[in-house]
Amino acid sequence: MSRESIGKARAQAVRIRDLSVVFGQRPVLEDIGLEVAEGDYLGIIGPNGGGKSTLLKAILGLIEPASGTVAVFGEAPKKNKGVIGYVPQFAYMDRHFPITLREVVLTGRLKQGMAPFFRFSREDKEIVGNLLEKVGLAELADRQIYQLSGGEFQKMLIARALAVHPRLLLLDEPTASVDAASRDQIFSLLAELNQSMTIILVTHDLLAVSSEVRSLACLNGRLVYHGEPELNERIVNSLYGCPVDLVAHGVPHRVLKTHGEGGSQ
Amino acid sequence: MIKAMLEYQFLQNAFWAGILASIVCGVIGVIIVEKKLVMMSGGIAHTSYGGVGFGYWTGIEPVLGALVFSVAAALGIGYIKRKGGTRSDVVISLLWSLGMALGILFIALMPGYPPDISSYLFGSILSVTQTDLYMMTGETLIVVLAVAAFYNHWKAYLFDEEFASVIGIRTAFLEYFLLILIAMTVVVLIRVVGIILVLALLTSPAATAAIFTANLKKRMIYSVLIGNVFCFAGLWISYRMNIASGASIVVISVLSYLTAYLVHGRTGKIKTSSGSHGIRL
Repeated sequence: MSRESIGKARAQAVRIRDLSVVFGQRPVLEDIGLEVAEGDYLGIIGPNGGGKSTLLKAILGLIEPASGTVAVFGEAPKKNKGVIGYVPQFAYMDRHFPITLREVVLTGRLKQGMAPFFRFSREDKEIVGNLLEKVGLAELADRQIYQLSGGEFQKMLIARALAVHPRLLLLDEPTASVDAASRDQIFSLLAELNQSMTIILVTHDLLAVSSEVRSLACLNGRLVYHGEPELNERIVNSLYGCPVDLVAHGVPHRVLKTHGEGGSQ
Repeated sequence: MIKAMLEYQFLQNAFWAGILASIVCGVIGVIIVEKKLVMMSGGIAHTSYGGVGFGYWTGIEPVLGALVFSVAAALGIGYIKRKGGTRSDVVISLLWSLGMALGILFIALMPGYPPDISSYLFGSILSVTQTDLYMMTGETLIVVLAVAAFYNHWKAYLFDEEFASVIGIRTAFLEYFLLILIAMTVVVLIRVVGIILVLALLTSPAATAAIFTANLKKRMIYSVLIGNVFCFAGLWISYRMNIASGASIVVISVLSYLTAYLVHGRTGKIKTSSGSHGIRL
C-alpha cells in the first residue's frame, strides 16, 4: 500500500463516484463525483441543507448511499476505520457529559474492535499530552468539558481526531461559534497539519476558506463547482440563488467584499 | 430490626435484594440518565409485565417470563430506533401499553383463582425468595462485569457515538448490549420496587450522585451507595410502619433527590450541570 502511494506522486485519498443519498423521499445528494488527491486541502462550502455534512458522513461510512460508491485510500469506508480523523459539528454534541478534556482526547486512542478490560497505555497518555500541547490546551486538560469555551471545545475535538493518527482529517464547521483568536489558531494548525495529511473542511466561512484551502468544492445538493479556490459571483449565485439569501445566512460583509473584489478585477 | 434480621430469613433476603438492586440501578442508572434512555427503560419495564402474566399462564417462573419479555422489548426498541423511520417514542409507548395489556390477558386466561400480582407491580422486597436472589445475583454480576470490562468503550460510546463508530468501536453491538443490560436491571428491580415504580430507583440515585460529582466512575460508585441508603431507609420504614416496601423506597428516593437538588441549588455550588436534572451554571 505505502509503496504504491509513494510510486504515484499524488495518490487518491477519496474517490466518490455517482453518489446519491436519500433521506426518506428527499434526495440530499445527487450524482456527486469527487476526487480528492492525497495531500490536498479541500474546502466544501454551500448553503444549509446543501448536503455538506451528509457528504462527510458518506465518506466516513456512517450513512448508506442510495447509489454510487465511496472509496477512501482505495477501500470502502467501513474497511478503513482508524485512517480517518473526524471533527464533528459541535453544536450537536452533549456539552454536559461528565468527562474531562483529557478523557475526551484519550478516546481517540481506543483501538478497533472491543478488547475487554482495555486500559490506555503510557504511550497513549504521552501522545495525548503532546497533542494537548500542540493545540494549546495542556493547562486545561483536567477541566470538565462544560467549563470550556467554544474555541477550546473545538480544539479539543481536533486533538481527539488527531489522536487516531489519521491520514485523512474531516472537519465539520470547525470555526462555527468560535472566537476570532481561536479561529486563526485553528486555521494555522490546519495549514501545518496539511503538510502530513489530507484535509477536507466543511464551512460557512466563505472568505477564510478561499484564502486557506488548496481546492474548493461547492455543494448544493449537486456538486456545483470543484477546482481552484476562487469564488466568483457566478459560483456564489448558483450556490445560494441570490445575494439576499446570503444576507439571511449571516455572512453578508465577507461575501459582499468577495463580490466587490471580483467586480473590480 | 438488626436482631430481627439475624432471626428471620425473609429479612436477610430483603437485605441482599436491596444491595443487589442498588448495585445495578447505580451502574445502569447513571448510563440511562446520561444517555437519556429513561423513557425507553420505562417501556422495557412495563413490557415485562406481559412476561409475568405469561409465566403465570404457562406455569414457568414469572420473573423468568419477565426477563424474556423485557429482553425482547429491548431488542425490538433497539432495532426500530436503529432503523429510524418510525418514531421511537411511539413504539416505546405502544410496547409499554401492549406489555401491560398482555399481562392482564394472560392472567385472565389462567385457570383457577387469579394470583396476587401486586407484588410484581409495586414490589415486595420482604417476599424475595432464595430463587429470586440467585437470579438477581447472576444478573447483577453480568451487568457489573459488562460495564467494567468495556468501561472505556462505554464512555466513548456514551459521549459521542458517531466518533466511536468512526474509530472502529462496534457501536451497534454496544447499543443492543446496553438495552439488554437495562432489561436485566429492570428485572432485578421488579422484586424490590415493582414494574410501575422502577423508574424512580433507576433515576433518583444517579441524578442525586450527579449533583455531587462530575466524574463518571465516581458517579456510578456514589449512585450505588446512595441507592443502598434509599433501599435500607425504605425497608426500615416499611418494617416499622408496616407499609408497602416498594412505595416507601420510592418516596424516600424522590424526596432525597428533591432535597439534595434544592439545597444544592440554594448554596449555588454546582459541580456539574448534567442536562438530566436541569441544573445550569
